[in-house]
Amino acid sequence: MSQKKRTKHLQFFGIGLILPYLKNVSRLILIMLFFGLLGTVGDIVLPLFQRYALDHFVAEGTMEGVGLFIGAYLLTLVFAAGSNFTSGYVATVVEMRVNRDLRQIGFRHLQTLSFSYFNQNSVGYIHSRLISDTSRIGVLLSWIMVDFIWRGAYLVGAVVMMLVLNWRLAVLVLMVMPVFVLLFSLFQNRLESVNRDIREINAQITSDFNEGIMGAKTIKSLSIEEKMESRFLSHTAKMRKTTVRAARLRGLFSGTMSMATGVTLAILLWKGGYIAATEIGTFSVFMSYAQGMMEPLRGLVDLVSELITTQVNIERFTNLLAVQSDVVDTPEVVERYGDTFEPKQENWEELSGDIEFRDVTFRYPDGEETVLEHFSLKIPFGTHLAIVGETGAGKSTLVNLVCRFYEPTRGQILIDGRDVRERSQLWLHSAIGYVLQTPHLFSGTVRENLLMGNPNASDEQLMEAIRMVSAEDVIAHLEKGLDTDVGEGGDLLSTGEKQLISFARAILADPRILILDEATASIDTMTEARIQSAMERMISGRTCLMIAHRLSTVRNADLILAVRDGKIVEQGTHAQLLERRGYYYELYTRQNEEETTARILG
Amino acid sequence: MKSKEMNTQNREKLTLLGRFLHGSKRFFLAAVLAACVTALADMLQPQIIRVAVDCVMGGGEEDFPAWVLGAVEKLGGFGWLAEHLYVLALGVMAVAGVQVASQYAFRVFNTRASETLVKTMRDSLFSRLTRLNYDWHMKNKTGDIIQRCTSDIETMKNFLSEQLTGIFRVVILLVLSVGFMVSMHPVLTLIALIPIPAVIGYSFYFHQKVHDGIEECDENEGKLSAMAQENLTGVRVVRAFGLERSEVRRFNAQNDHYTRLWENMGRELSVFWSVSDLLSGVQIMLVVVFGALFCIRGTMTPGTYLAFITYNAQMSWPIRTLGRMISELSKASVSIDRVFYIMNSPVEQDDPEAEDAPMDGDICFDHVSFGYDNSPEILHDVSFTVKAGTTLGILGGTGSGKSTLMLLLDKLYPLSPEGGSITIGGRDIRRIRTAHLRRNIGMVLQEPYLFSGTIAENIGIAANDGDMELVRDAARTACLEETIQAFASGYETMVGERGVTLSGGQKQRTAIARMLAVPAPIMIFDDSLSAVDTQTDAKVRRALKERFGRSTVILISHRITTLAAADKIIVLDRGRIVEEGTHETLKTAGGIYQKIYQTQNGSEEVAE
Repeated sequence: MSQKKRTKHLQFFGIGLILPYLKNVSRLILIMLFFGLLGTVGDIVLPLFQRYALDHFVAEGTMEGVGLFIGAYLLTLVFAAGSNFTSGYVATVVEMRVNRDLRQIGFRHLQTLSFSYFNQNSVGYIHSRLISDTSRIGVLLSWIMVDFIWRGAYLVGAVVMMLVLNWRLAVLVLMVMPVFVLLFSLFQNRLESVNRDIREINAQITSDFNEGIMGAKTIKSLSIEEKMESRFLSHTAKMRKTTVRAARLRGLFSGTMSMATGVTLAILLWKGGYIAATEIGTFSVFMSYAQGMMEPLRGLVDLVSELITTQVNIERFTNLLAVQSDVVDTPEVVERYGDTFEPKQENWEELSGDIEFRDVTFRYPDGEETVLEHFSLKIPFGTHLAIVGETGAGKSTLVNLVCRFYEPTRGQILIDGRDVRERSQLWLHSAIGYVLQTPHLFSGTVRENLLMGNPNASDEQLMEAIRMVSAEDVIAHLEKGLDTDVGEGGDLLSTGEKQLISFARAILADPRILILDEATASIDTMTEARIQSAMERMISGRTCLMIAHRLSTVRNADLILAVRDGKIVEQGTHAQLLERRGYYYELYTRQNEEETTARILG
Repeated sequence: MKSKEMNTQNREKLTLLGRFLHGSKRFFLAAVLAACVTALADMLQPQIIRVAVDCVMGGGEEDFPAWVLGAVEKLGGFGWLAEHLYVLALGVMAVAGVQVASQYAFRVFNTRASETLVKTMRDSLFSRLTRLNYDWHMKNKTGDIIQRCTSDIETMKNFLSEQLTGIFRVVILLVLSVGFMVSMHPVLTLIALIPIPAVIGYSFYFHQKVHDGIEECDENEGKLSAMAQENLTGVRVVRAFGLERSEVRRFNAQNDHYTRLWENMGRELSVFWSVSDLLSGVQIMLVVVFGALFCIRGTMTPGTYLAFITYNAQMSWPIRTLGRMISELSKASVSIDRVFYIMNSPVEQDDPEAEDAPMDGDICFDHVSFGYDNSPEILHDVSFTVKAGTTLGILGGTGSGKSTLMLLLDKLYPLSPEGGSITIGGRDIRRIRTAHLRRNIGMVLQEPYLFSGTIAENIGIAANDGDMELVRDAARTACLEETIQAFASGYETMVGERGVTLSGGQKQRTAIARMLAVPAPIMIFDDSLSAVDTQTDAKVRRALKERFGRSTVILISHRITTLAAADKIIVLDRGRIVEEGTHETLKTAGGIYQKIYQTQNGSEEVAE
């Protein structure tokens, strides 16, 4: 609602907002428009040949000059076809380049945004701004513009021609126009709202299919097939009804079109039929202009409504670009260490791996509760810190702060004794390794994924990392070894395989600080043992922050923090905490029970 | 042999299509009829203008067909018409009126027809889906099935609503145009038709050719979109490894590649349109020049010439689209095959002698062995009995076959004839009607599926609609009422895909409430309180005992406290029953049960 109101204030349908991003294509746009105009000239001139043929050859009864006539006609034809080809081709190029440039800018911008943005906006929401909105804008700047020129110029050309040929008749024909423009725009609005309804019902039907497939087991065991079916039937019935209603509207719409053409023709015959007696050519050309005008006229009305929709796309996209990160490096830091895309690596200090929380108070930007209050903790290099707690208890907070995904509300995070804000984000991130146990691989080959850890690693280094996590046989079993495609999100590999590869990736990065986020879901025991030993090798000799679920991981940690409802409730070593018989004790016993039971049951 | 198979397959397809067409046939016929009327009206318009032109110019009367001359005579002859042009103008308006009406009728009938057809298809598809064998669902990928149900249906719909009747229209228009043209001047018609095959052929050839290219573009757009998706879902990894630069590089490379592909495609498309423009321009020129020639030679009047040019122009657009339509045919036929795959998959079927047998008897597994097809056996010779009204506890690890037992009991997988038997009240479940059986077995799964809708709708989904008391009661028994009341919209809170996210335990309790809303004589809890804490677990079980003490219950769990109250407990290991007894006998029997009992009862010692 509020968006609608704001939209109205945009000038020129918001096109001004994206002008700054169009430098690369501005020349192409001009070329496109120029040839579009030329092509229209061709379209306007071609009927004149008909007139000439009638008035000259037919009326005078001679074929004299027919060679010249054919020559000129063919020339015009080639000229028009050439112009249309150029403007059509260039329009595609403009469309695609605008898409490309905007996506590039948007994607790059997204890489700089802070975590609070990603937490507050769903992936789908951001994705559609980056992919769909940009593509709509591309269409606007190419086809919609060319169409505008084509149709506008044709209309103007036809009107001028008619006025020149016979202004009295032209005025008569033109008087009909406003009525139809009004009718068109009336239908336009109603059509749009029906189309919206159709899209909604369509989404409903898709989701029904989804449920019918994903919930097959449940539907069968509850024996509710008929109920689901009748629900589905009511949706498809609604779909049919709405679509037929849309067809009625569309039918009326194009009916008005035909009627408009008919009325103009009738007027021409009635008031202009006498011209044919003396100037049959003029009469014929008049007719083709009058009939040819209706289509562009309707098209222009269409265009206006498209412009209004695209304006929303423009606004959504430019809003994305306007979002600024909560976590920004100061100009001095950028000056010395560079930014995300142009780092000055020569100025980067080595990171040794001491972490300190100094009197940190923290509240999430979108949260209401303060989750850390005057929290202080020293984590010297080589410490293994385990953070335990139930799912959703807020175990990631400390990790988020150390990685500077968020900044403390008050207090300081120190790395090697200096405030994290004194050095660049990229510097910090380059020295931190992050391993999610629901591992995230990127589509591409195994090698490409490993190289993300260290772009300069040699093949030997890659293999060494693989050996360290005992994943040689995994690679050996893959059809193309390191060059095997892992599929979207790594889905062509098993979870265990993905995990080992993400470990190897972390080892290649050789970070001083390692963040480990263990998954709750258990994998088969064989892999489990392997992953356990690979993990131990991976974390030794580094500062390690672990969001831990496995007892072995927890037990061996140097320090354990127990988190409940977002707050740290207990802190100490395994032995100390067990002795306390508090929250950690409770968590640990439950976990122990589950693990032992699972082990006994094999 | 093979061709014979193909034939039966094609015949099956046709029968199915025939079934789909039921109910929409008459709308299709009406649409085609309306299209004929439109085409006829389109043909009339130039005739009126022709009369007008020849009236005012004089002469050329001998050219007209007899019916036109007759009509003109009745009105008072050419001379009279030349004085009263408004009569012809009214004629033009009348024809335009017919055009509008028939176009409108065409659109509405055509949409009715295709929408009815699509509705029939969707409905039978959905109905089929819910009745397909359960293992079919396991074997086919969800994404692929959904694609068949949505975008393939969409392709078919577009084909039906735009192409199919479109081809009719184009053909009618062509036949009529050519007919009128022949009646006016056969030789000029022949000249006009010469370039036509080239135009249609070129258009067909082109659309066949670019088909693959467009597919490649689509694929690459998919890749680009997936890349963005990956980057956004993996934002943690990207940031933590400082991968922003390489991500931007990767994205840009794919972005450039995709852009280049489309630019090339754009060039080919533009070439196509320009060449088509040229071809039809040349065709028009031929008609204009030769027509003028014939006028001079006196074989054609100026009015006829003008009308001829109009008919010729009417032809040029349909001819261009014809090539595209033919090439679209192949796309639609692929989609039809993909949809038929689902329609031809086997559905659950009851034995003809199956009955609605009473379900409150003893449940008996008798030498049951089972393996999913092509996989090794999962259950080996399992036999046990659950007395009516008692509770059976099952303990077993992953892959022990405990869930398979329940799937067999609920007939989600059929037991093979040599795989032993399962009886309820002494009657083999193969001879109990499936719907009846399932309605009388309430089953709650470990990871329950909730449908999108409100909590109340979800709980009441299997019960009679709208009975809120029933829903509340079930929620109370499942210890869910407090949780629900904590939501701002209470029972009207939306859950499922587009609603709030429930925790695992909340989902499990919702599923229990859903089952309880339709009291069943047999209730199965397949590890369905695993995500609920121990106290709530106990509370739910107590409430169940009070309310449904007379039901037969099967409990699958890892929790000794849950199993302890069962009248009988079996322990499953790798598809065999290894222990059987009550909590009291098993806890000292020295087997798996005892070990687990000690672990869970004495975790304090283990924890040290």
